[in-house]
Amino acid sequence: MFRVWAIPLIPLLGFVYIGLLSRRLSRRAAAIVGCSTVALSFLVSLEGALQLLRGEEALTATFYTWASLGDTLVRLDYRLDALSGSMALIVSGVGFLIHLYSVGYMHGDRGFNRYFAFLNLFIFFMLTLVLSDNLLLTFVGWEGVGLCSYLLIGFWYEKSDPPPAAVKAFVVNRIGDFGFLTAMVLLLAQVGTLSISELLQSAPGAFEAWPVGALAVGLLLFLAATGKSAQVPLYVWLPDAMAGPTPVSALIHAATMVTAGVYLMARFRPILELQPQVLEVICAVGAVTALLAALIALAQRDIKRVLAYSTVSQLGYMFMGVAAGGGVAGMFHLTTHAFFKALLFLGAGSVIHAMGGEQDITKMGGLRSKTPITFWTCLVGALALAGLFPTAGFYSKDLILADVLHFGEWGRILFAMGVLTAGLTAFYTARWLMLIFFGEYRSPHHHPHESPAVMTVPLVLLAIFSFGAGWGEHAYAHFVGRVLEPPEGHVPGQVIAWASGAGIVGLLAGFLRYRSLVPGPGPAKGLARVSERKFWVDEIYDALIVRPYQFLSKVIASWVDGGLIDTALVNGSGALVRAAGRIVRPLQNGQIQVYTLAMMVGLVAALGWMLWS
Amino acid sequence: MDAVVLTGGRLLTLLVFMPSVAGALCALSRSSRAAAVWALLGSGVPLILGAAAVCGFDASAAGFQWVERVDWIPSLGISYHMGVDGVSWPLVLLTLLLTFLSLVYSIGRIQNATRLYYASFLWLETGLMGVFCALDMILFFVFWEWVLIPMYFIIGYWGGARRIYAALKFFLYTMLGSAFMLVALLVTAHLYHQATGAWSFDWADWVAIRDTIDPNLQLWLFSAFAFSFAIKVPAWPFHTWLPDAHTEAPTAGSVILAGVLLKMGAYGFLRFGLPLFPEGAVQAAPVMVGLGLAGILLGAAASYVQTDLKKLVAYSSVSHMGFVVLGIFSFTLEGAAGATIQMVNHGLSTGALFLMVGIIYERTHKRGVTDFGGLAKTMPLYATVSVILVLSSVGLPGLNGFVGEFLVIAGAMKARPLYAFVSALGVILAAVYLLSMVRKVFWGEANANLHGLSDLTWRETAVFLPLLLFIVVIGVYPAPFLEVSEGALKAILEGVAP
Amino acid sequence: MQQHRTGPAWGQEEKLIPLSHTILLSAVLFAVGTVGFLVRRSAVMMLVCVEIMLNAANIAFIAFARHHLSMAGHIWVFVVITVAAGEAAIGLALIVALARERGTIQVDELRSLKG
Repeated sequence: MFRVWAIPLIPLLGFVYIGLLSRRLSRRAAAIVGCSTVALSFLVSLEGALQLLRGEEALTATFYTWASLGDTLVRLDYRLDALSGSMALIVSGVGFLIHLYSVGYMHGDRGFNRYFAFLNLFIFFMLTLVLSDNLLLTFVGWEGVGLCSYLLIGFWYEKSDPPPAAVKAFVVNRIGDFGFLTAMVLLLAQVGTLSISELLQSAPGAFEAWPVGALAVGLLLFLAATGKSAQVPLYVWLPDAMAGPTPVSALIHAATMVTAGVYLMARFRPILELQPQVLEVICAVGAVTALLAALIALAQRDIKRVLAYSTVSQLGYMFMGVAAGGGVAGMFHLTTHAFFKALLFLGAGSVIHAMGGEQDITKMGGLRSKTPITFWTCLVGALALAGLFPTAGFYSKDLILADVLHFGEWGRILFAMGVLTAGLTAFYTARWLMLIFFGEYRSPHHHPHESPAVMTVPLVLLAIFSFGAGWGEHAYAHFVGRVLEPPEGHVPGQVIAWASGAGIVGLLAGFLRYRSLVPGPGPAKGLARVSERKFWVDEIYDALIVRPYQFLSKVIASWVDGGLIDTALVNGSGALVRAAGRIVRPLQNGQIQVYTLAMMVGLVAALGWMLWS
Repeated sequence: MDAVVLTGGRLLTLLVFMPSVAGALCALSRSSRAAAVWALLGSGVPLILGAAAVCGFDASAAGFQWVERVDWIPSLGISYHMGVDGVSWPLVLLTLLLTFLSLVYSIGRIQNATRLYYASFLWLETGLMGVFCALDMILFFVFWEWVLIPMYFIIGYWGGARRIYAALKFFLYTMLGSAFMLVALLVTAHLYHQATGAWSFDWADWVAIRDTIDPNLQLWLFSAFAFSFAIKVPAWPFHTWLPDAHTEAPTAGSVILAGVLLKMGAYGFLRFGLPLFPEGAVQAAPVMVGLGLAGILLGAAASYVQTDLKKLVAYSSVSHMGFVVLGIFSFTLEGAAGATIQMVNHGLSTGALFLMVGIIYERTHKRGVTDFGGLAKTMPLYATVSVILVLSSVGLPGLNGFVGEFLVIAGAMKARPLYAFVSALGVILAAVYLLSMVRKVFWGEANANLHGLSDLTWRETAVFLPLLLFIVVIGVYPAPFLEVSEGALKAILEGVAP
Repeated sequence: MQQHRTGPAWGQEEKLIPLSHTILLSAVLFAVGTVGFLVRRSAVMMLVCVEIMLNAANIAFIAFARHHLSMAGHIWVFVVITVAAGEAAIGLALIVALARERGTIQVDELRSLKG
């Protein structure tokens, strides 16, 4: 008897166990529980995937009825099909390796148990997001991973960088969630259900008479995806998110959570297709993001920030791949990227570990001989990122570019942007490698050392996948093609030539330029400064959104609320009554004879009136 | 069922008046220790009774349950008429729970006039529950005004530095609203007399003749009621009493104020505004929705720049109650159910947040947002609980706050998509002000002045446990909580649904 | 002209004091009392003036009672005398208390409203 909901629930139990016993649990026990629950999840997912291979179309399980109100029924279902199954395998598989790595990396941290509790909670939410067959349950996972991301970015809450970065991540994600939430209620109002399989079936009919609604749903869902998956204009949180522990960056901010948007787009392809403009917008935004982030990555000095911008850029590719063609290309790139980017981040973590916390790549150098395993695995990861044959990145990137070339009117322009991005990617990857591993050792720090086995074993495993995963291209396309439209034919030779050419040129240029050159400590000059300062996007947002909102809030709080309503209207009416009292007060002066006189005058007047009329 | 049988069919009377009797005993008892015992008994026994009656409440039945009716002033058709349905029953339980927890929390913390302090809370409880149970308009009005008196003293006697100002403001604001309501009440009674030739102040009688009232007049009558309710909710722009009252009230007073008192207004809309004057409500709906949306956005914006933690939470109440108003006036089942559950959720989360502020204030005598820092390290349990409460308030799915907001937005979408889009902006803004607060108070470097703070004590933890339990349970499995009020809400929406 | 059912006809009692004189006396006394009440500042004197006014009313009562040959006026006079006695007792007691408390019985010095 197979229970799909067991996949996410096992890590949840791990979270509850570690979380409740937090302080009484030994580190060893926390590590064992943390890793084993994720491993168990992976095995159950694998078992599910095998059943799919044996011919089942999808494994479903009703969890429980969340709400039933009038004709609104929200039933939480889990559904394991080829698409969600492949995601679940990535999440639990890569997740397990990163858990394992964390045991070594977080060794000695005061919040060790807290870290594993959060990490398990993250795996629960991510698997829920992926496996859910109900949009609301997806949203639970969607916000849940955001929460874990927030908690883990702010994990070292006493330092100065993590807290603002965590808040920024949550708030920017919330802007995306605005899209998710409104798309969800729009679908509920128009189609009358939140079950994803029912939505995909009946949405085309429901929106037939209302194309604007379909357009709105598509764009709102994409807005949600831009938040979670760090696309223009909401990508700004991801680079800052690097303030969290490095394995977290690998797991959440490279391999799994940030790809949720891509997965969402793939899942909702049938609804996005209702209005082709939506796909065009997605593809264009993906291309712009890919190029912009690659340009910014060129001049970054922080070992993790380079990778963060590279992630943003690669996510742009994935969106291009999901929008153009049938969507398989994007999902395949998601898979290979999960391997090689997790690998690069973990490698970066290993480097930071070796350097005793140093993160500036201009202060490293020559680590090739000092940390050989890290070097060789990072080399594989870097080549995969640059898209060099025969690594996994080569296959997935070409698949995307082939789809983009024939996509709509703008296909050629988008293709050109993609190729340019590929060249830039190769260039900054080379720069990254050269500055860290080649040349002289430039740091005054203590003697660098290779990381322990618990950290290097995941590196090696991920390197193997990063190298060889591309060869499974056809098997993957066939498997996921059950849900998405499988790609037709082979990648044309000209695409391979352009993409690989750009990659090789970029790599060579990078190797040659940074063979001996090390950027100085001062700010960069000329165009490099534009890249180094990230096109001043943060500053622009600050001036256009953050400050006006702060100003507006102050105006509302002190002028509208405090001044107009409270002082003028509320206390004003009180003052008015008091002023009126001051005018008539002399009449009541406490001198009884004045009262009597008034009485007498009144009496005489009354008598006079009676007599005269 | 058992609890009802046990009380001989007088369950509601017992629930409502037991606290008052205990309150009198509190006031008369000789020591504050004895008073504390009476306070715990007076709020605990009704709570147990209410909890025992939960199973006896028939969620599927339409109409009122456990009805009691005794003539009061027969010549005018005024009677002591009590009963609960799916809308009021959760609020009664909320009142029972929060009053009990407030008293548990307060014991030992109030130094002057302790016995009267307990007594005030118990008398307040009677008034609050009376409001939710009354089915006669005069009886309702009596309870409505009753609530003012103990609350006035709680703020004005045991409050902070500007307590007199705050208490007076609270009192006058509410009285102003009540005056309008009283006039509308008498006019409606007169209309009933015109229509039937008999006198009655019974809610059901008035509902029966609602179609005979001229729509224009309905709008006037509805507006008069709405004015009173909007002040209590409080809907923007009638909210400025709230930050002052919350800032000055003692901790437990803030809890009851936010947790229960504000619900009186929203409950009033559901019980009286909509069913009695449906056409007036329909005509006024755009304005009410506008006020709700204004409350959501302006409350959130104002909350962002507050420097006092209590004011910050108070303004967040304005924002959250905006959702309630929006939900009610979307005239959809989702919206109304969302509003109902949002009332309960707001009571739990915001009540608990005020407790959190109170706890830190008692430890440090500070409550500025920037006075703290690094509390996550010095008080880890306190920080954990606070973050959960904040997340519930932010509307994170899986916790209770989300359920209400989601349903309200879904209802708004059905009513008019624009409403949904504007209100969903509030979800973003809530994250902005609450998470900035978490960052400043709990994260960052530990403030050197704050070393040696003790974490939550056992009693404090015990007060939070039931609140946290409900926060999680409602968030994860809201179905039974929605089921309770579904039938009652359908009946309420009958007259106004498009 | 209206005929009185019970009383003797107008002008038949020249030997007696005419009603108009008695009423005039009552009016004069009342005016004296009123003016005294308005202009005197001593609480005791004001009380005396009140007594004068009450007695003016009494005279009017008696005069009309005689004129109408009705006992109602007499009864009212007794009520007024009782009230006046009570008033004098309470009023004097208050004045004594005031004198002790505030050291004065001048009413313009006893004002405490802000006016």
